[in-house]
Amino acid sequence: MPGIDAADAAFVRELVYKRAAILLDEQKGYLIESRLQQLVHEGVSQSVAALVADARSGRGEASVRIVEAITTHETFFFRDVEPFEALKKTVLPLLLPPGAPPRKLTLWSAACSSGQEPYSIAMMLLEHFPAAVAAGARIIATDLSAQILAKAREGRFRQLEVNRGLPAAYLVKYFDSAGGWWTLKSKVRALVEFRQLNLLDRWQLEARPDVIFMRNVLIYFDAATKRALLERARQEIRPDGALFLGTAETTLNLTEGWSRVATPKSAYYRPRPPGAGGLP
Amino acid sequence: MKAMVVDDSRATRMILKRALSSQGFEVVEAADGRAALDELTKTGPVDLALVDWNMPVMTGYELICEVRARRELDRMAIMMVTTETEATQVQRALDAGANEYVMKPFTEDVLKEKLLLLGMGRE
Ligand SMILES: C[S@@+](CC[C@H](N)C(=O)[O-])C[C@H]1O[C@@H](n2cnc3c(N)ncnc32)[C@H](O)[C@@H]1O
Repeated sequence: MPGIDAADAAFVRELVYKRAAILLDEQKGYLIESRLQQLVHEGVSQSVAALVADARSGRGEASVRIVEAITTHETFFFRDVEPFEALKKTVLPLLLPPGAPPRKLTLWSAACSSGQEPYSIAMMLLEHFPAAVAAGARIIATDLSAQILAKAREGRFRQLEVNRGLPAAYLVKYFDSAGGWWTLKSKVRALVEFRQLNLLDRWQLEARPDVIFMRNVLIYFDAATKRALLERARQEIRPDGALFLGTAETTLNLTEGWSRVATPKSAYYRPRPPGAGGLP
Repeated sequence: MKAMVVDDSRATRMILKRALSSQGFEVVEAADGRAALDELTKTGPVDLALVDWNMPVMTGYELICEVRARRELDRMAIMMVTTETEATQVQRALDAGANEYVMKPFTEDVLKEKLLLLGMGRE
């Protein structure tokens, strides 16, 4: 396999950092190379060198395709289980006190990849919070990658994808199967609205979210970017809202703007009132 | 935690056994439903059984029905691991008392994620 030129690799690192704020260290050379090879294989360009040359000169979609190919989309249903349990058992019961008319919930899946995360939330709502669904609950699902969003919108998954993390009872209840594909029923899809959004740009959410899932995406950013995003999330979220991060992610040492609420095996975060931000 | 792997393919048993061992299970094997039931009758329930559907002598489906009909075994968690991929089959297994369902082929990650759903295995 022809390698990638050191200058080209440096250019790609710089490009991915500028567009997605993702830091690729020197050890990630293989990742860059294999993802670009994949694009060449798909016929996007003649060779890795030609692909990078196109990106340098701003020709066509080359730079967009490179950024998308390198930002990884790995995801699965009910990832880590615990956040979805905490949402069901703690967070939503607090937001939807019995007796009160249910509020119109907005849940934001901020790096939704191929949709397993927002669809997991949607199924959980249908299963356990039908009154909130009836009151107009919705899930805004956003991602940087247009390609992955197109897949997410289809709501159609392969066997290996529905094998991953999805309770069998939900598989038979919320999917139709045909020809090796499993397609989510329209009542699940209707709860989720997909939109392209780069977390580094303006957010423009039409409603303040009650719940934010920003999972397994901060991990790609440097500390300054993480801090800025967590601060913006705090300004955006409703005062009694909850933020869920990935298992390997934390607000610790980044901002005092969030207080950690421990759950049996993990945690979620509540916003502190404005003015409480920054590190001492 | 103790687990039983019930599959007529020796290769599949090996794969499942290795995956479960790495999750901290002590694993016993059986090559068909009847052998599994005999072993369980002798030694008592295990915490988790991974059960293939199509096997000679006694199928996994029959095994699940037998286990669920016996009070002394009923506390076992059962996961069907099978090439049966029709939604109607998944539903049948759940109705018979399977707790989870994995469609072959699968990866070790698939198994780990399903174990987590059952509140088992390592993080
Ligand atoms: C590993 S997936 C996480 C999916 C899901 N949240 C989960 O936890 O399973 C990371 C996603 O973040 C997206 N992403 C990367 N940089 C982004 C950015 N700057 N803005 C929005 N999304 C971004 C990628 O396109 C990818 O789909």
